Amino acid sequence: MSPVLHASRTKQASLAERSEHSEHNPLSVHAVTVAYHRKPVIWDVDFDIEPGRLVAIVGPNGAGKSTLVKACLGLVPRAAGQVEFWGGSYATSRSRVGYVPQRESVDWDFPVSALDVVCMGRYRKIGWCRPVSRSHKRAATACLDRVGLADLAHRQISQLSGGQQQRVFLARALAQEADLYFMDEPFAGVDAATERAIVAVLRELRDEGKSVLVVHHDLQTVRTYFDDIVMLNMRVVATGPVNEVFTNENLHKTYGGRLTLLSEAAEAVARAGAGAP
Amino acid sequence: MNPGTSITEVLEILTFRSGFNTTVVIGGTALLGLAAGVVGVFALLRKRSLLADAVSHATLPGIAIAFLTAGLLGMEPRSLPVLLLGAAISGLAGTGAIHLIVHHSRLREDAAIGIVLSVFFGLGIVLLSYIQSEAATGSAGLNAFIYGQAATMRTADVLLMGAIAAVSIALPAVLHKELALVCFNADFARVDGWPVARLDLVIVALIVLVTVAGLQAVGLLMVVALLIIPPAAARFWTERLWVLLVLSGFVGAASGYAGAAISAAFPNRPAGAVIVLTAGFFFAVSMFAAPRRGIAAALIRRARLRLRIVCDHVVEAMHDAGVDELARTDFADLIGNLGWSPRLVAPVRLVLAQQRLARPRPGGGLSLTEAGRARGRRVSRNHALWTRYLITHADIAPSHVDWSVDQVEHALSAELIARLEADLAANPAARPEPRAAKKASA
Amino acid sequence: MNFSVALDLFPLLSGLLAATTCALLGNFLVLRKLSLMGDAISHSVLPGLVAAFVLAGSRNSGVMFLGAAAAGVFTAVLVEIIKKLGRVEPGAAMGVAFSVLFALGVLLIEQFARQVDLDADCVLHGQLEGLVWYGHPETWRDAFTPQSLAGVPREIWTQLGMLAGAALFVGVLFKELRIAAFDAGLATALGINASAMHFALMVVVAAATVASFEAVGSILVIAMLICPAATARLLTDRLATQVWLSLAAAVLSTVAGYTGASAIPALFNLPAVSAAGSMTVASGVLLVVAIVAAPRYGVIARVLHRRSLARRVLIDDLLGVLFRQREAGEPESSIQELAAAMPGRAVPEAVTLATQAGLVSRAGARVALTEPGIERGVDIIRRHRLWEHYLVERAGFRPDHVHDPAEVLEHLETSPPEGPVADPHGREIPSPPASS
Repeated sequence: MSPVLHASRTKQASLAERSEHSEHNPLSVHAVTVAYHRKPVIWDVDFDIEPGRLVAIVGPNGAGKSTLVKACLGLVPRAAGQVEFWGGSYATSRSRVGYVPQRESVDWDFPVSALDVVCMGRYRKIGWCRPVSRSHKRAATACLDRVGLADLAHRQISQLSGGQQQRVFLARALAQEADLYFMDEPFAGVDAATERAIVAVLRELRDEGKSVLVVHHDLQTVRTYFDDIVMLNMRVVATGPVNEVFTNENLHKTYGGRLTLLSEAAEAVARAGAGAP
Repeated sequence: MNPGTSITEVLEILTFRSGFNTTVVIGGTALLGLAAGVVGVFALLRKRSLLADAVSHATLPGIAIAFLTAGLLGMEPRSLPVLLLGAAISGLAGTGAIHLIVHHSRLREDAAIGIVLSVFFGLGIVLLSYIQSEAATGSAGLNAFIYGQAATMRTADVLLMGAIAAVSIALPAVLHKELALVCFNADFARVDGWPVARLDLVIVALIVLVTVAGLQAVGLLMVVALLIIPPAAARFWTERLWVLLVLSGFVGAASGYAGAAISAAFPNRPAGAVIVLTAGFFFAVSMFAAPRRGIAAALIRRARLRLRIVCDHVVEAMHDAGVDELARTDFADLIGNLGWSPRLVAPVRLVLAQQRLARPRPGGGLSLTEAGRARGRRVSRNHALWTRYLITHADIAPSHVDWSVDQVEHALSAELIARLEADLAANPAARPEPRAAKKASA
Repeated sequence: MNFSVALDLFPLLSGLLAATTCALLGNFLVLRKLSLMGDAISHSVLPGLVAAFVLAGSRNSGVMFLGAAAAGVFTAVLVEIIKKLGRVEPGAAMGVAFSVLFALGVLLIEQFARQVDLDADCVLHGQLEGLVWYGHPETWRDAFTPQSLAGVPREIWTQLGMLAGAALFVGVLFKELRIAAFDAGLATALGINASAMHFALMVVVAAATVASFEAVGSILVIAMLICPAATARLLTDRLATQVWLSLAAAVLSTVAGYTGASAIPALFNLPAVSAAGSMTVASGVLLVVAIVAAPRYGVIARVLHRRSLARRVLIDDLLGVLFRQREAGEPESSIQELAAAMPGRAVPEAVTLATQAGLVSRAGARVALTEPGIERGVDIIRRHRLWEHYLVERAGFRPDHVHDPAEVLEHLETSPPEGPVADPHGREIPSPPASS
């Protein structure tokens, strides 16, 4: 149904008023279509994220969850549609957006320490060609502390466990000091301690009025961790507050059966979008 | 070995006391090695090492075309700056061709690199054979670019080489933070607003610069080694980027120095080959002997782990059987029953004694100490916990469980053990059968 | 050019033998992303060769092969060791292995210059021009007399043997090579030892490199290991066809390259250039032609396909607009009206194309649908509205989002499922044309 999170509007009004940009949502995704090698991954996706909300994207494998995040951030080309950040373009709001990529997307056998990686989140503030100053290192250490890894700041990243690596990525995003975060599968394959640490950080972020969009795969924890949900299977099946939208019926629609004609049709549209004028 | 060269002469060369030109050549080549070592780190970390191979081969037609063009324009055709400019342009054209092939056909990057490397070089050979047949102009100078001729470089040539090398050290010195970011996580860099494509181009440009700088001294066939081997060798020793840059630069510089000096001392030692072999020597030593990442360290670690596992199994089996003492033959039988080689009997006994888990008894037997009994209890407990975990939490058939236990019970975290303890306490059924008994029956 | 049996036959034949041998094996290298192993091995056989020379004291083919094959396997093993035990990235591992071995070879050549009848330059570009048939026969009938055969250079016999060996290897193990190339895991599951296949392939590539490079040079070997197979890969999806096409590409680039080496400079009164280099360039040119002009995967084919699709879409959209006008009681429209209804589209071109196809008729500036045009217009509108209905009802689109996708979908072969009589906007969905 309607993609905008109407139901949560009134509840969130107070938070929205606190925000400087109350008239615009942090993220507004409109009619976005993406195709990889002419195969459509997401088609005509609409949804909004309001300030101070934790939002999960759920859906089966291949539903286009990560692609949606990458399309929002301009990492994959969009065949159609627009993405607005606080009512403007991504280029003008870049400094307010943080990103946690999938852990597997990098080579962890890279000669840097945990602190070095977190400092990368400060590079934008440091600027071109300037060294990482002591104050930035302190800020980065504070971020590591927030995820419970201050002790391991100088450890080489390949010697961290998977969960610790994930927390280093989270700390780097915190170091970006953004207002809107995109996190691609932060809970994938992590231990219980990491999961607790991530959830705690997510809640702190929400309490600061920031919004977080999380690609999530564990349906068990959706209700406890998140406020809103985007249920995705190539299309947005449902979106809204978790307690209203996360129903058996919508789960069945999201995870059940393949819409073969739909995917064929989407393929054709994406092909046309990518190729012909 | 050249019989005319004495030890003192060699020493003179190695210590920069053998004439201005030789000294300049050796110093310049060392600087080139330093630049290649530094630039190579970024090529390695961006996983672009072999791009350098294509770039270096692709410079040949550019050298030939620059030679011909300069001749047509009435300039001195063998002027080094002109030739190197041609080399740089065609090296860049080669990387452009790789990019086009990868993006406009279904061929992958490895094929594209091979295609550009061979076809550009083939074109270079065609042009060289043409230049060679034009007897009037002569081309002895151009062939030197293929295998390199450090010894015959003039001071002006060395200065040019040194200047290019200095630029290709200065650029990463200024941009190392940005380049490292792109190498580690290009997607994050893009989201964070860094111009990833342009920074990638900087890396490619640096590769081209170093290649071009090294053409005359090392030759285009071997300059690629200077970009690949030093960083790969240095990587064994460190987990810090700046240490890696320094070490790699050092290996490159040392190789350049050794190569140029040795080939100055012995005329039949081509500098390029000696440089590469020196770098290769550094690599071999590093790969074998480096702490942590080296092969020797890995072998020692593995042997230690295995001994620890055997020791654990022994004390566990003794605990499970309720035995505190073993005679020599029983001990050997136990090792055999556990499925280990009899060669391990003596080392295991030694380690158990060293760790005060068991006291050796005369005649080759041993008896458990209090610590040994405690350890046996703990290992047996962990074994039970882990078996429990695999049966209840992971869908693994119980008959396969024991094998995995051997591999991982030594890697259990304290937290996981605590969780399994609770689980086992709530569900006391299904303890695993004692290890030695099972092995013996199998 | 004038073909001389004494001077041209064996250089050409040698080039053909080298090219076909390498192309045959190259198919499996390119498929397995091992293209650069060919490059690596052709560099690193050098020390093996020199060592064999020094040990055997002569250019004895048997020892040479052993030396080269040993060097080839050693390279492959060394790369694996550096990769696995040293945890070095594959590209860099290959680079380390082959450049060190190559440097070792160069140094050994200099060291044993007197014993070894090999120089580093000839390793690169070979000595094709040196393959002269001394005592060549006057007529073809005499070609097989003992005297004539005795004049055949040794390299030719070596290369013939190598081609036969490579053909036998590929012929006998084609199935296994194919499975190992596509899916090493599956191959292992089927009981084929994928790593044994890998090393066997490396041995044969090393042998082929040695057999060929003496005559044609290592650069042509590298080119022929990659370019013909890459060319063929752009032309077909079937491995067997690809192998045959790669052989054809190898023959074509050899002949073109050899002829071109003397014929093209001759046009400008220049002396002939390196034949091996020119064959390499020819194989590259052929590959570029394939990248641009391959029937399915070529750049031109894709552009043409896109253009014909765009034309069909343009005509269909014009018919759609005309049909909607007609529904609204306007059987004729002016070009201006059409341009207003199809903003940003090439309306005059569309009208011309549709007129040529007999779908519309023009009277001055007025355009009207012909009988076949009406039929096709009905069909398009029907599809468009059925798709709109489908997208809203089945895929959860909002009614105001469906027009644009439906504009694309109406051109598909696939029809949407039959729907009701009205689209989401309440307009009638026409029945299928009576004729179809």
